[in-house]
Amino acid sequence: MGLENNIWESLPDVVTVKLDAVINWARKSSIWPATFGLACCAIEMMNSVSARNDLSRFGAETFRASPRQADVMIVSGRVSRKMAPVLRRIYDQMPEPKWVISMGACATSGGVFDNYAIVQGVDKIVPVDIYIPGCPPRPEMLVHAIMMLQEKIMNDSVKDRRDTFEEESRRSVVPGTLPVTEGTALERELEAEVAQNTAARPYSVPSRHERRKSS
Amino acid sequence: MSTLLEFVDKLRAANADWVSDVKDSLGEVTVTVPREAIKDVCGALKSEHGFDMLADLCGADRGPEEDPRFEVNYHLLGTKHHHRLRLKVLLSEDDPHVNTVSDVWKTANWHERETYDLVGIIFDEHPDLRRILLPSDFDGHALRKDYPLRGYEPYSLS
Repeated sequence: MGLENNIWESLPDVVTVKLDAVINWARKSSIWPATFGLACCAIEMMNSVSARNDLSRFGAETFRASPRQADVMIVSGRVSRKMAPVLRRIYDQMPEPKWVISMGACATSGGVFDNYAIVQGVDKIVPVDIYIPGCPPRPEMLVHAIMMLQEKIMNDSVKDRRDTFEEESRRSVVPGTLPVTEGTALERELEAEVAQNTAARPYSVPSRHERRKSS
Repeated sequence: MSTLLEFVDKLRAANADWVSDVKDSLGEVTVTVPREAIKDVCGALKSEHGFDMLADLCGADRGPEEDPRFEVNYHLLGTKHHHRLRLKVLLSEDDPHVNTVSDVWKTANWHERETYDLVGIIFDEHPDLRRILLPSDFDGHALRKDYPLRGYEPYSLS
């Protein structure tokens, strides 16, 4: 056995390193992404793990079907308003430490889809670590983003993370809960009508739609 | 084409109030129906004239300056005689109500929900009139002409 013999001779029995360095090195060497393709960027994401680009050289090729086993969420494509709570739920289900890569123009800023249906940037919903430009970005750019994420992980400190966990856990809701959406539109109209009749307020604030209609 | 107009004549013979306008263009016949009569007309066309399939039901917004502003289009198909007929109901902006046809064709249920969702037409006596495509807390109706095309206030969960 070549390597073991040589190490035994050239290194001492005990090596002193920073804890951060060891932990971060372990973390960055296997970043498992969650399987979460949203649009055409997902095609490039699939390509980046294929034989030509081979993302597994950097330990990030194992796409997990369960968010509970994933470390990084690659938001690959446009996020619709209806998808947003689902995306947030998947993010909440991922165990710490977790990272988010916003892949492509749509996930980063809404892209060309500046309309009522698309969330204008996924950072409205989840904290993003790396943004990738492009429409869609080439697989090499995703590989580069993974490498940038690895650099970022190496600069992290376990201590900092612990503090944020405690702060977050104090005021967090149960992970995996969807935001509550109230009733149907007709029900809400009825409720608003009732509220208007019962509570005689000196002023009234028009809804966004009403304001738009009058202007 | 002539067969299609025969259907219109039969409708007229059944009730003179059912047909308020007929347009024959490009081999397609469009019958404008008063909104009070739409359910009866659809029932008669399905049971007596063989239009057993509602191929599509959609709303259209002609623009806030038009009056009547909205129209609801019913695309009918007879699977036996293979004729297609289009019905049209015109609705004003102040009172966009029309009777549901979901008890004539079951498929109208979701089509009417979609029309309500995107154009904002209220289908009276619909069994379950709520949004189907947009999120349930959506404000306004997205396919109306006065709905802003861009610059929508971004959605945030925080």
